[in-house]
Amino acid sequence: MSRQLGDSHRRFLQNMMTLGITNEQEAKALYQNCCETHKTQCAPDKLDEFIDAINSRLQPMFMQIRKGMSEENGHQYYALVNMAETDITRMTSDYADNELELFRKAMDLIVSSENGKVSSTDILNCTDTMTSKSLKKSETQHLLTRLVQEKWLCERRGEYTLSTRCIIEMEPYIRAMYQDQVKVCHICHNIAFQCQICENPLCGIKIHNPCVARYFKGRTDPHCPACDDFWPHEIPEVRGLRSQSKR
Amino acid sequence: PSTSQVQKGLEKLSPAQVDQKTAEVVQYILVKDQKKVPIRRADLVKNIVKDYRTVYPEIIKRASRIFEQVFGLKLVEIDPKNHLYILVNNLDTPPSNPSPVEHPSNPKTGLLFVILGVIFMKGGVVRDKLVWNILKKLRVDSGLKHDEFGDVRKLVTDEFVRQRYLEYNRVAHTEPVEYEFRWGQRADMEVSKAKILEFMAELHDQDPRSWTQQYKEANPTHTSSQASSSSHR
Ligand SMILES: [Mg+2]
Ligand SMILES: [Mg+2]
Ligand SMILES: [Zn+2]
Ligand SMILES: [Zn+2]
Repeated sequence: MSRQLGDSHRRFLQNMMTLGITNEQEAKALYQNCCETHKTQCAPDKLDEFIDAINSRLQPMFMQIRKGMSEENGHQYYALVNMAETDITRMTSDYADNELELFRKAMDLIVSSENGKVSSTDILNCTDTMTSKSLKKSETQHLLTRLVQEKWLCERRGEYTLSTRCIIEMEPYIRAMYQDQVKVCHICHNIAFQCQICENPLCGIKIHNPCVARYFKGRTDPHCPACDDFWPHEIPEVRGLRSQSKR
Repeated sequence: PSTSQVQKGLEKLSPAQVDQKTAEVVQYILVKDQKKVPIRRADLVKNIVKDYRTVYPEIIKRASRIFEQVFGLKLVEIDPKNHLYILVNNLDTPPSNPSPVEHPSNPKTGLLFVILGVIFMKGGVVRDKLVWNILKKLRVDSGLKHDEFGDVRKLVTDEFVRQRYLEYNRVAHTEPVEYEFRWGQRADMEVSKAKILEFMAELHDQDPRSWTQQYKEANPTHTSSQASSSSHR
């Protein structure tokens, strides 16, 4: 059902259009701020209902504010996404064809990798096999910087991962394009890139690193939730909320 | 197309078809507006509306309604001759308590506000030399590459002008050539003069009422201010 919106909803949406993505804490603060500005009631636990109302009116425009988890820190994020059926819709107006081809190639490598990462060297090597106008090394480096700035990729020590915003927005696209390769987390059932994998060859379930942290928290003798084999990986710490703003 | 032609055209289409086209138009305008460049009706028709051009007035009417009701934006035709549109903020309360989330375009907005402020304080028009001198005093040298803004002169005379925040015109009969700045159409519609005056007062650490003329212009009598603000709704 589509609902009547107030100026507080509209202001929230305008901010989401500028931000693209925001973490849960910031979203709550923004929600409160929008309600105060327009003197409407604000219930701290009603953020999702507030967003549902906006979504009911955005849906006919093929847009949505969608919630998803960061594979880095396990926190919830909200992203304004475009659901129009053309692929990589929002990017097509911002990037040239050959830039999009390189981004797709980087995405191929990330999806088919064990750990959800790709090195800048591997991305640079892709330019040899491009069908559209090839990119020079400096152009590729510039493009990678831009993709990080515009929150499509994340970079750490020369390795690239898909950003939370990219995963939230492109999940349907990735599931459709990479049906056979895509991994799904056994705990939260969302698509998974950076994850741990059960070493039992008959099992091989995947769990996001933050989901591993939460699931095995406080257990001294971790076992796979599917096959009950010993879970041989290092169990990461649950990341505190305070580290959240330092993305 | 005339009203009756639009009516005839609508009869040939299903409501779902019209909704779908309206959604495409809304998306197109939103994407284009991200760069704050005016949207040409000709491009909109050529790229998106296509076979639906007979019902164009109805589609643009519905799109406008969605911009207002869902996004808090107003679709404004700024150039009736060339049919250019821009989106302006339609929310009445300005963000007086600044948003808790850092706004990425903030430094640029600050720079723009300084320039709009200078123009406003000087009665609506200033020579570009004065603007460059004032910016230089604020350590923004239009001749140098700035860390945050890059090419300052380009940002001001190209980007802000394309976005219709500023007008930048050659002054007639000057030798050597001189240019002047005025407020652009987007600034007229989006930026409150009272806010700009407050901003300038803060910058100079003065009471905004000490600039009598500007204060009067920024805070007109209630009847006229209501008339201008209700036209936005
Ligand atoms: Mg496009
Ligand atoms: Mg208004
Ligand atoms: Zn998970
Ligand atoms: Zn297992």
